[in-house]
Amino acid sequence: MDARDRINDIYRSDSRRVLATLIRLLGDFDLAEEAMHDAFMAALDTWPRDGVPASPRAWLVSTGRFKAIDRLRCGARFDAAVDEIARQVDASVPPASDADVDDLDDDRLRLIFTCCHPALHPDARIALTLREVCGLETEQIAKAFLTSAPTLAQRIVRAKNKIRDAKIPYQVPVREELPDRLAAVLHVVYLVFNEGYSASAGDSLTRPDLSGEAIRLGRLLVELLPEPEAIGLLALMLLHDARRAARTSDSGELVLLDAQDRALWNRAQMDEGRALVERALRPRSPASPKPPQPAKAGPYSLQAAISAVHAEAADAASTDWPQIVALYDILMRLEPSPVVELNRAAAVAMRDGPEAGLALVDAILSRGDLADYHFAHSAKADLCRRLGRRDEAITAYERALALTTQTPERRFIEKRLTDLRQV
Amino acid sequence: MKYLCLIYNDEGAAGKMGKAEGEAMMADYFAFTEGIKQSGHLVGGNALQPTQTATTVRVRQNKVSTTDGPFAETKEQLGGYYLVEAKDLNDAIQVAARIPGARTGSIEVRPIMVFG
Repeated sequence: MDARDRINDIYRSDSRRVLATLIRLLGDFDLAEEAMHDAFMAALDTWPRDGVPASPRAWLVSTGRFKAIDRLRCGARFDAAVDEIARQVDASVPPASDADVDDLDDDRLRLIFTCCHPALHPDARIALTLREVCGLETEQIAKAFLTSAPTLAQRIVRAKNKIRDAKIPYQVPVREELPDRLAAVLHVVYLVFNEGYSASAGDSLTRPDLSGEAIRLGRLLVELLPEPEAIGLLALMLLHDARRAARTSDSGELVLLDAQDRALWNRAQMDEGRALVERALRPRSPASPKPPQPAKAGPYSLQAAISAVHAEAADAASTDWPQIVALYDILMRLEPSPVVELNRAAAVAMRDGPEAGLALVDAILSRGDLADYHFAHSAKADLCRRLGRRDEAITAYERALALTTQTPERRFIEKRLTDLRQV
Repeated sequence: MKYLCLIYNDEGAAGKMGKAEGEAMMADYFAFTEGIKQSGHLVGGNALQPTQTATTVRVRQNKVSTTDGPFAETKEQLGGYYLVEAKDLNDAIQVAARIPGARTGSIEVRPIMVFG
């Protein structure tokens, strides 16, 4: 394999890591990005001639750092403050080997926690994470979230400015702050996955590249910080993603869970997800032979457990619905939200019959909750349909249709309406 | 690095506080101030008299105009501030979170501009 191929491989596998370390050493995102590119350019220049170094990452970081100092020194002729920065960067210690680069608190963790800092605007956290941690281009991110590239670029610039001006530190949070801070990170990953799994608008029901990025991020988090909720979120994403092929028909139509061809489910990925659920629910002491404890689990782990129960069933009819309702009961205690309540109602309908489920859905809607949430109305419509209450089903489906902009879902609802009106 | 912590609270509600509640609040503030003095965070700070005592001054085309009241009517009003020295934003946030007013109102944390 020649030097250029190796450099490409290393760029693919390690450029984010190199960037994360350079941000720590240089104290600035933009400086670090330029330095990283300079370093890889230098590698393309010298490695074919001198051979690939024994510690490529350390070489890239050192080279990037020197290039940055050069850049700063050129600018310093006009600016004393920049000269001071150059002096500080020069004083910081560059890594001599890859072992030095991999310090205890992986720089990638520092980067993730900084990009997801609560002091940054929520939209900015997602954009910054996808750009800096995942290495996506601004255009790609803009397209994925259906915003314009300039808007997104502005968002990222503002976030970087805030980090610099308000002095958001490049750190992994201390133990006491970790639960809340990790929750913020997991939330970003979850939003990215959700956007890819069930795109909020547009023609395609899923955008697999975004889900893939989220899963990659999830894997990185579990590797660096194997906390139960991080494991739970990864499990949840793997289990949901495993159903992707079955969620849409060949013509792009939406296929609901109970109608999905389970042969199309990615079984290997589901097995991985289920194993992770076990791990997430396991009590903290590894030596203990105690069984998994859902009652103590966090919300992502619980949702993953629910998904795992679905995965275990050969078909919709043989799903362990009582187990699912029980898990939703725990989830409701932890995170009482109307959406969770709605999902629980759907499960109750499967366990106890559509009448019971409908009563719960009506209770939510009559409180005024979820009035604009199309799933609530299509859930109600479906239950009315199963009970033979045709007119109510039509009304509810029409309400749902008015609230959804996603083409495959609209087509699904329109088909249901057509079927009902023909009766 | 210096940060200004602006304390916003509902003046009306504060005015309705009973004697015991008011004294407890003062004690909390005293304890907090002592605490950040010890930790080296305190640079300065003051409580402000309520917005009824405020006057807003503007100069346009060389004309000075003064109006009665704060510059804008807001749901929560500026009641005081602390100027703190902190390592970074996380440090400043930790200090701001311990300000007694944070429990019922909002604390805006703004870095001081550094020139030159």
